Amino acid sequence: MNTVNFNSEYLVEVEDLKMYFPVKTGFFKTVPLKAVDGVSFNIRPGETLGLVGESGCGKTTVGRTLLRLYEPTGGTFRFKGEEVTAKNIGALRKEMQMVFQDPYSSLNPRMTVEDIIGEPLDVHKLYNSKEERHEKVLHLMELVGLNAEHATRYAHEFSGGQRQRIGIARSLAVDPSFIVCDEPVSALDVSIQAQVINMFEELQDKLGVTYLFIAHDLLVVHHISDRIAVMYLGRIVEIADADELNENPIHPYTLSLLSAVCVPDPVKAKANKRIILEGDVPSPLNMPSGCPFRTRCRYATEQCAQEAPSLTDRGNEHLVACWNK
Amino acid sequence: MAETKTVKRVKAHIVPKKPAPTPDEPPVLSVQNLHTSFITDSGEVRAVNGVSFDLYKGKILGVVGESGSGKSVTAYSILQILDQNGRIVEGDIVFRDKSLLSYSQKEMDAFRGNKCSIIFQDPMTSLNPVFTVGYQLREALQLHTKYKTKQQATERAVQLLEMVGVNEPDKRLRQYPFELSGGMRQRVMIAMALACEPDILIADEPTTALDVTIQAQILELMKDLQEELGMAIILVTHDLGVIATMCDEIIVMYGGRVCERGTAEDIFYRPCHEYTKGLLKSLPNTDNMKERLVPISGTPINLLNMPEGCAFCPRCENAMKICLTEQPEELLMPDGHYAACWMNVKEAMDT
Ligand SMILES: Nc1ncnc2c1ncn2[C@@H]1O[C@H](COP(=O)(O)OP(=O)(O)O)[C@@H](O)[C@H]1O
Ligand SMILES: Nc1ncnc2c1ncn2[C@@H]1O[C@H](COP(=O)(O)OP(=O)(O)O)[C@@H](O)[C@H]1O
Ligand code: SF4
Ligand SMILES: [Mg+2]
Ligand SMILES: [Mg+2]
Repeated sequence: MNTVNFNSEYLVEVEDLKMYFPVKTGFFKTVPLKAVDGVSFNIRPGETLGLVGESGCGKTTVGRTLLRLYEPTGGTFRFKGEEVTAKNIGALRKEMQMVFQDPYSSLNPRMTVEDIIGEPLDVHKLYNSKEERHEKVLHLMELVGLNAEHATRYAHEFSGGQRQRIGIARSLAVDPSFIVCDEPVSALDVSIQAQVINMFEELQDKLGVTYLFIAHDLLVVHHISDRIAVMYLGRIVEIADADELNENPIHPYTLSLLSAVCVPDPVKAKANKRIILEGDVPSPLNMPSGCPFRTRCRYATEQCAQEAPSLTDRGNEHLVACWNK
Repeated sequence: MAETKTVKRVKAHIVPKKPAPTPDEPPVLSVQNLHTSFITDSGEVRAVNGVSFDLYKGKILGVVGESGSGKSVTAYSILQILDQNGRIVEGDIVFRDKSLLSYSQKEMDAFRGNKCSIIFQDPMTSLNPVFTVGYQLREALQLHTKYKTKQQATERAVQLLEMVGVNEPDKRLRQYPFELSGGMRQRVMIAMALACEPDILIADEPTTALDVTIQAQILELMKDLQEELGMAIILVTHDLGVIATMCDEIIVMYGGRVCERGTAEDIFYRPCHEYTKGLLKSLPNTDNMKERLVPISGTPINLLNMPEGCAFCPRCENAMKICLTEQPEELLMPDGHYAACWMNVKEAMDT
């Protein structure tokens, strides 16, 4: 499945994507909240791109805008070489799916597992007989490691990890080639998290699906991703191979983000020199001029306030947006 | 960094409950064989089943375990702030040689006001949304400390806010909690908790809702304050990374029981309980990025349906017959830490 029959190295090509939300600030006044402000990245078929950054930086909005749950304010998104528009998104829905953080709220508690997973099959008419539907559902359940006897049970009877499996089986029903995973393991207990991470990795090996994997746990993202993009206030500030990013971070924000990670190893953790950032992230309604990070950056200069740096290649596909590093 | 993670096997002495080598001073707080239950429609929920530990001045004790393992209930038992249907059914909690269970209502209020403070994951649990930050801080100070006049209390409140790294403290005093960012609110709550200069600070998942860079700020703040003020801290969290970063001593809980307790090095480098070992292998870490994680199989525990033997038995790969039927006793390991796992007995007998 997912044979590559388009003329690009990339499955997903995002260029200068913008998503502004109008926010009321008075009776007659609305201002744009720049949730995503000129984001560009590419993903190869079968690759996992991790997307990290603090809450509110625009990760979810990137995912939702790609799937056209929002109409983007600007920029382009090419999928398999073809530009995605309001017109052709209907036909592409089958190719792109989204998995959510909260397995509790995204599944209908009054539906059986079989019907939850079978629903997209119904919507896209992907079977000819009841038996075929049943077989397809069982196959999907097997793929994500669910027991066949669970088919007749209700979602609320399951624990978090199992619900996440149900959600993923459902998104796989339409045989997508691209899945946006929005914090899919963040709500799970540590001992369950590893089960679900492994399932994502195994599915990719088996089916060749491509992931945009959004999470805030940097160790989890490092583990699952081939490449990682770091977001801050609606922009990507750095993007590189996962190991490269962790070993040689360049952007001042990435540096402090990585140094803030608490590694589960007391000697390493206690030796870690943290780069503590002062203050909070500015509001996206009140973006600093120039580089979005300059208000907290220890390397900021006059230039940083004048003009926003764009991503430049520092070799080996390691892109950084910073004037001074 | 020369240190690497070597998981050495340690052979057990079969000497239950021999006291481990302790620092010279007696513990500030000693929790002894604590059992706490809740009465519910579906029966008795035995949330905490025989938890013991000692807390020393100037130390940070970590309590780690997955959700529902009884961490918060252990903390709330110490402060006697359990829900209506909850009760300590067995065991003792000793603060400076006196049992907290023998305290009168008034003594307990004083204990909560002056000796032991708690901070929560959600700062709004302890902050009142309808009063300004200044009003709440002043009230706590005037009630529990020597800062009795409004002016004294205001001056002290400003100092406290400065101490926890809140900028523009004068302005903050006039603001309501909802006007502050998440990290700022957490700091204000810590300032509230420190107002009475407690001997013990209990922090229940204090950074779980925060982003990593804000978490780093708050953890550093807690460490600094603990060094400055010499408090003892009980840090409750499910995050093994936070535990490794912060704690001197650790207890690992599962199903309301302590699996293992010891120093950070004991727990992370020489784990002696199958659950701890499994947990450490299932975590993404700097040295296993290229490998598949090794998950713990099965699903989280159901307290209404507890196994007769070891709580972890249904998920344990090395479970033996005895694990099914009998609860393992806490044993002293040669390196001085405790673990309650039948594997240690088996290995001691094999050699
Ligand atoms: N539907 C919406 N309307 C208005 N603002 C929104 C909407 N969705 C998100 N935002 C705002 O956009 C910013 C980015 O949000 P989000 O993409 O959810 O961030 P993340 O997923 O990184 O936490 C936030 O400031 C958020 O409040
Ligand atoms: N008021 C209550 N009534 C019944 N059960 C309770 C009550 N409070 C807590 N419990 C149960 O006690 C167990 C331990 O909870 P807790 O200590 O909060 O776990 P955690 O380790 O996540 O902090 C859980 O199974 C929880 O459902
Ligand atoms: S561009 Fe300037 S402000 Fe932005 S990160 Fe680089 S040095 Fe800091
Ligand atoms: Mg999000
Ligand atoms: Mg808790």
